[in-house]
Amino acid sequence: MNYKLPLVITFCAGLLMILAEFIPHRPFGSISANIEIWFLIITGFAIILGQISLLKMNIIKVVYKLPNWKYHLATIISFSVMFLVGILYGMQKQPGLLGHGEWLSSALGDKPFDYIFANIYQHLMAAMFSILAFYIASAAYRAFIARTLDSTLLLSVSIIVMLGNTSFGTSLTAGLPQAIKFLHLPNLSSFIMDFPNTAGQRAILIGAGIGIIGSSLRIILGIERSWLGGK
Amino acid sequence: MNLQKIDRRWIFLFMLVGVMLPLIFPIGFKIEVMPNTKAVYDLIDSAKPGDRILMSFDFDPGSGPELSPVATAITRHAIEKDLKIVYLALWPMGVNLGNLIYEKEKDNLIWGENFINLGYIAGGLVAIQSMGRNFTEVFPTDANGNSIHNFPILKDVKNFSDFAFVVSISAGTPGIKEWIMSAGDKYGLPVTGGTTAVSTPGFLPYVNTGQLHGIIGGLKQAAEYEMLIGQPGTATSGMDAQSIAHIIIIIFIIIGNIAWYRNRKQQKEAKK
Repeated sequence: MNYKLPLVITFCAGLLMILAEFIPHRPFGSISANIEIWFLIITGFAIILGQISLLKMNIIKVVYKLPNWKYHLATIISFSVMFLVGILYGMQKQPGLLGHGEWLSSALGDKPFDYIFANIYQHLMAAMFSILAFYIASAAYRAFIARTLDSTLLLSVSIIVMLGNTSFGTSLTAGLPQAIKFLHLPNLSSFIMDFPNTAGQRAILIGAGIGIIGSSLRIILGIERSWLGGK
Repeated sequence: MNLQKIDRRWIFLFMLVGVMLPLIFPIGFKIEVMPNTKAVYDLIDSAKPGDRILMSFDFDPGSGPELSPVATAITRHAIEKDLKIVYLALWPMGVNLGNLIYEKEKDNLIWGENFINLGYIAGGLVAIQSMGRNFTEVFPTDANGNSIHNFPILKDVKNFSDFAFVVSISAGTPGIKEWIMSAGDKYGLPVTGGTTAVSTPGFLPYVNTGQLHGIIGGLKQAAEYEMLIGQPGTATSGMDAQSIAHIIIIIFIIIGNIAWYRNRKQQKEAKK
């Protein structure tokens, strides 16, 4: 029974949503509209569940002093600070439990939540993303070697696309005569992206689409049961 | 000196200097507008004054340096065209990123009249589908918790047919793909947008089929858009730094290859 009931619910819900897609009239249309609203409500609760789970996992690691527990402590502190300032003083024009916190806002120039977001969080995240440039440079130097014909092709194409995506590349070949304008780096880059790349991407998309249909059918028909947990 | 074993800290140092110097001393490389950027521009330019448009902030601050210039340029273009701009976010952090742009442009925007930020909605694809069915049911209030019925900008809005098009500025899922699948394919709302340079190739098949009206792929195309609207911003100023960073990467790739060939030649000679 533990397994049968969720399987029956999944089968009925899946079938209903497929039918509603092809027959958008009563009762299927209104049922699927209601299911969509349920989904949105459940998603809201899932966020709360995620936050509780995040806190629980990190607290366990700090309490038992598991490896790298200091990083987990940093997560808990950051989470708590953002949570508290958000709950107490709100964000933007929304008040918190203690109102708008005018005294703090006048000192910081903004509400604490918005101040931390704009002046700390935003820049930390951008810095983390920017660090990628350094690692890409180092990795490209070591890995992009023209060892075989395939890797030589890949290397040549990547350099053309790289240059075509910069204003330097545009300036480099801007003076080409009209007869050989197709060799202008942004044009070459566009050609590579629009034709060989799109053909490959389309194949991946179609493959993934068929895969999603297959796995959805397996779930609806109860063949795939790993989502139920256990064995 | 073994060129194949350059300490990576040297590479990092070159990269740092290469990015930093053009930001301090701009070079001014030429920017050329590509067709995908022009397609986005044309869609927005074709809207009539007073048309309502949706702008979905589907990214977080990690992609902010690349995508905020896109959102800013499109917002400025929409202001210039006298369009009514409705911000929303499928990513929680998108709300604040939208508000930061509003703060910069608020001299030309009146909250509730020609602009509103509706805030974050969870649920991705399903949320978009629900908006298509009944917009006000999904967003009963704006980002500040005020009923949307108080604002003239959303007066008589029922579903997607009350909007001219949607612009999704997206760094992943949910994002442009979900807007195409639901708002575009199911409800017929024209979809356009911007994404990070690294994600752009994945969206080109949709541009090819007409499901997506052009795409602004990363900082370069954001700079192209700034050029089209005649308002250079952070994307234009970042282009020189990005160009130099790419040149440094290419130079190191060339050094790595020369070193590899030289080593291979030496190994062959040693065997003989």
